[in-house]
Amino acid sequence: MNSIPLKLFQGTGRYGVLLALFALILFGWVRYENFLGAFNVLSVLRYNSMFALVALGMCFVIITGGIDLSVGSTAAFGSVVAALLSPYGVMPGLLGGLAAGLVVGAYNAFIITRLNILPFIATLATMLAASGCALLLANNQSVSVSYETGFVELGQGDFLGFPIPAWIALIAYLLGSLILNFTSLGRSVLAIGGNEDAARLMGLPAQRVKALVYLASGGLAGLSGVILAAQFGAGQPIEGVGWELFAIAAVVVGGTLLTGGVGSVGSTLAGVLLLGLIFNILNFENGLGWISLSAYWQSVIRGAFLLLVVAIQARLSMRAQETA
Amino acid sequence: MADTATTLPPAHGAPRFDVRTILTRYGAWIALALLILVNLAITPNFATWQTLNVNLTQVCAIVIVGVGMTLVIATGGIDLSVGALMAIAGALAPLIFLGKLFLLPHPAIGVALAFIVPVLAAAALGWFNGWLVTRLRIQPIIATLVLFIAGRGIAQVFTNGNLQVFNLPSFQFIGLGRVFGIPFQAVLMIVIVAAAAWMLKRTVFGRQILAIGGNEKAARLSGIPVASVKQRVYLISGLLSGIAGLIVIARNSAADANLVGLGMELDAIAAVAVGGTLLTGGRATVIGTLVGALIIQLVRYTLLANGVPDAAALVAKAAIIVLAVWLQRQGRR
Repeated sequence: MNSIPLKLFQGTGRYGVLLALFALILFGWVRYENFLGAFNVLSVLRYNSMFALVALGMCFVIITGGIDLSVGSTAAFGSVVAALLSPYGVMPGLLGGLAAGLVVGAYNAFIITRLNILPFIATLATMLAASGCALLLANNQSVSVSYETGFVELGQGDFLGFPIPAWIALIAYLLGSLILNFTSLGRSVLAIGGNEDAARLMGLPAQRVKALVYLASGGLAGLSGVILAAQFGAGQPIEGVGWELFAIAAVVVGGTLLTGGVGSVGSTLAGVLLLGLIFNILNFENGLGWISLSAYWQSVIRGAFLLLVVAIQARLSMRAQETA
Repeated sequence: MADTATTLPPAHGAPRFDVRTILTRYGAWIALALLILVNLAITPNFATWQTLNVNLTQVCAIVIVGVGMTLVIATGGIDLSVGALMAIAGALAPLIFLGKLFLLPHPAIGVALAFIVPVLAAAALGWFNGWLVTRLRIQPIIATLVLFIAGRGIAQVFTNGNLQVFNLPSFQFIGLGRVFGIPFQAVLMIVIVAAAAWMLKRTVFGRQILAIGGNEKAARLSGIPVASVKQRVYLISGLLSGIAGLIVIARNSAADANLVGLGMELDAIAAVAVGGTLLTGGRATVIGTLVGALIIQLVRYTLLANGVPDAAALVAKAAIIVLAVWLQRQGRR
């Protein structure tokens, strides 16, 4: 690819999602009362912070050219562990869920980098295993958390008038953005995704970087499981179904190429918010009373949106290839 | 790397007696045989008609979808939308024969249409997947993710998320009927597996599929109509998903758009992987997929029949997938 069309393409991907997000917010603001009211904004942020964390990990994994299908059941597993540990305090619950995610991430890293199994199939197997572990640990039912230790604050509480889960997600995204853009680890992640063989020949520790990325993805999924448990007051072994695909969709909508080597943390966040707002706007639209669309339309609209974005991306990249 | 000299790649001719090669090539068959032997030893009432029937009916839908998945994976692609397409076919059929979609001139026509229309709809959506992959050149995993997300929603919107219950023996023959005592769905499954295996081995189309998966650029340069072949493969995958959707709802006497085919893409991919098809494309075995699905089902049955919880079966399934793919890699070294 020639560099100018490639840049144009990336630019459209990155700013396109911001433009679409802006347009959607504008639409909601003009059309619905209270759309930009504090209550709605904060509850959208609170709810979507779980998905944001998962999508952040997925973004890094996809930039290296891999994929992590296990994030949803890892989050479920993390939520069960966190709920079981919540009677002992906030920290044990938080760290327990995080540790559960890290263990799954480490296992993924091991089978992908040591046993050389394709990330797609390796994490697919892990998805089943983590889900099985969550169900075994929780005895096939949801585990209610302790309300006495203040653990639920992690999901339901506010800090400086801003939801705590949204703080967690915000800090994670800031760190993620710093790492990707300003550290040698970030450069290695991008280099490996661009061309793994070349990166290896240049002396980059490709396997170690890949292992780190899967570890981080597992840890973030575990963290989002902690928030899940705290927000809904229970560890949920059967939650998280389809989260991985939601995360992939958010990353792709954000303009990150699935082939790796290109990607941005900020536009992944925009992708998450975009997909989350579709649900929110659907609710508002039903509230107006003109139409009554069931919640089932949500996934249809999300799918249509994904289709629109990837079709535009495909067009642009084809044009970029032709002009190159 | 030191042992490259001892393990020849599985080239034509001169089969060598080597444990690793044998494990890679016949691993799935050996595992299946071992599973049956273990069951004969420990599971009570294993060697009965009923056990065979239970396992066969459980595995049919996975195998039928798995055949389509095998072909897609053989071209180097993947189809995540199979479960959603099953849900669409499963939601459409009762709407048709219950007369909710349009007035039926005759009940028999309703049943006929209930077979034809959902399968054609699923095939059309499969064709759409292929169109995205070939014309817009979207990666298969993303292209089929679109219908994975939207497809189940479409089925739910059709039925408003409601359970559709019915009792219509003429339609339900596909899931409950028997031919000489064998479940009709098992007969259908065997016919589909045999046809696909023959096609992959003996027809030009089959060789083209493998050639594309092996090296797409080379296939294109040698004059294979890559786009058209891929398009047909995704269409077949959609069509088979539609059939599987009908079987599942006929078996349950009910269609639930929220549940029909849920997680089927994973089961099908797992069956393909365990069966020994190369996940990067270029080498595929339909019979292997059948064996792979049987192994996964039999492991689950063995654990359940011996009082191990279903959740542990998930962990076992994960271990089998990793082991199978790892063994496959060892064989290629």
